[in-house]
Amino acid sequence: MSLRAPLAKVLNHGAAHDGVNHWWVQRVTALALAPLVIWLLWQLLSLPDASYLSVTAWIRYSWNAVLLSFVVLLASWHGWLGLQMVIEDYEHRSLPKIALLVLSTFVHALLAASGIYAVMRIALRSVA
Amino acid sequence: MAERPLSPFTKMFGEGGYRWAYTNTLSILHRVAGVALIFALLGLVVWLISASFGAASYAAFLPLLTGLPARIVMSMAVIALSFHFFNGLRHLAWDIGWGFERSAARRSAALVVAGTCIVSAFCIYCIFAHGAGAR
Repeated sequence: MSLRAPLAKVLNHGAAHDGVNHWWVQRVTALALAPLVIWLLWQLLSLPDASYLSVTAWIRYSWNAVLLSFVVLLASWHGWLGLQMVIEDYEHRSLPKIALLVLSTFVHALLAASGIYAVMRIALRSVA
Repeated sequence: MAERPLSPFTKMFGEGGYRWAYTNTLSILHRVAGVALIFALLGLVVWLISASFGAASYAAFLPLLTGLPARIVMSMAVIALSFHFFNGLRHLAWDIGWGFERSAARRSAALVVAGTCIVSAFCIYCIFAHGAGAR
């Protein structure tokens, strides 16, 4: 007995092979974030102070803006995937679940976009 | 109906459910820390945005960053980050088939707790040791 849907048989569709996509991307972003958070923590702890000049000079220095953008992007992505699992596990009512998932998507997209925009704005501003 | 053993999913703890072990506490804490870290990311992004709007807007934001409540929040973020980091490495090891036996999982759990304590203690010391101009 086949478990495939009749329509899938007629259309000759096999598995889409993206069944593990969520799991896989969560691991890949985790793997990339592991060295990045060590870098970020080390950098933040070695800032001389939290003044405007120190912080902006740090962001402008060398590859820091690129690495910081990666932290914001990958952390948003990883957080989005993780929170999706939490929502799906604990909220089973259809409408609230979908609302929360969409809200989470918007919030994480906003976090990524605004964080990278802020980093670029600082990095590309000519030093006054 | 015959009396069959039920999946522990129907009842997490207590009679007929999972037996408590510190490893399953670490498991739920991984999620709690992960959700907390989304708020830490929000804090990081707000910090970057305030700096991106120039010295004046950053100066208005800075007192919020150096006060005692901010230092406590940052300490909590550091605990969440180091725990999620170490326990995440443990999860990645499991994914490639390492350390999945019960004894190994319990040993790595102890290592995660030890690593979290050491890294957090160091970072919290740095957060509070810095003077008025610090984070």
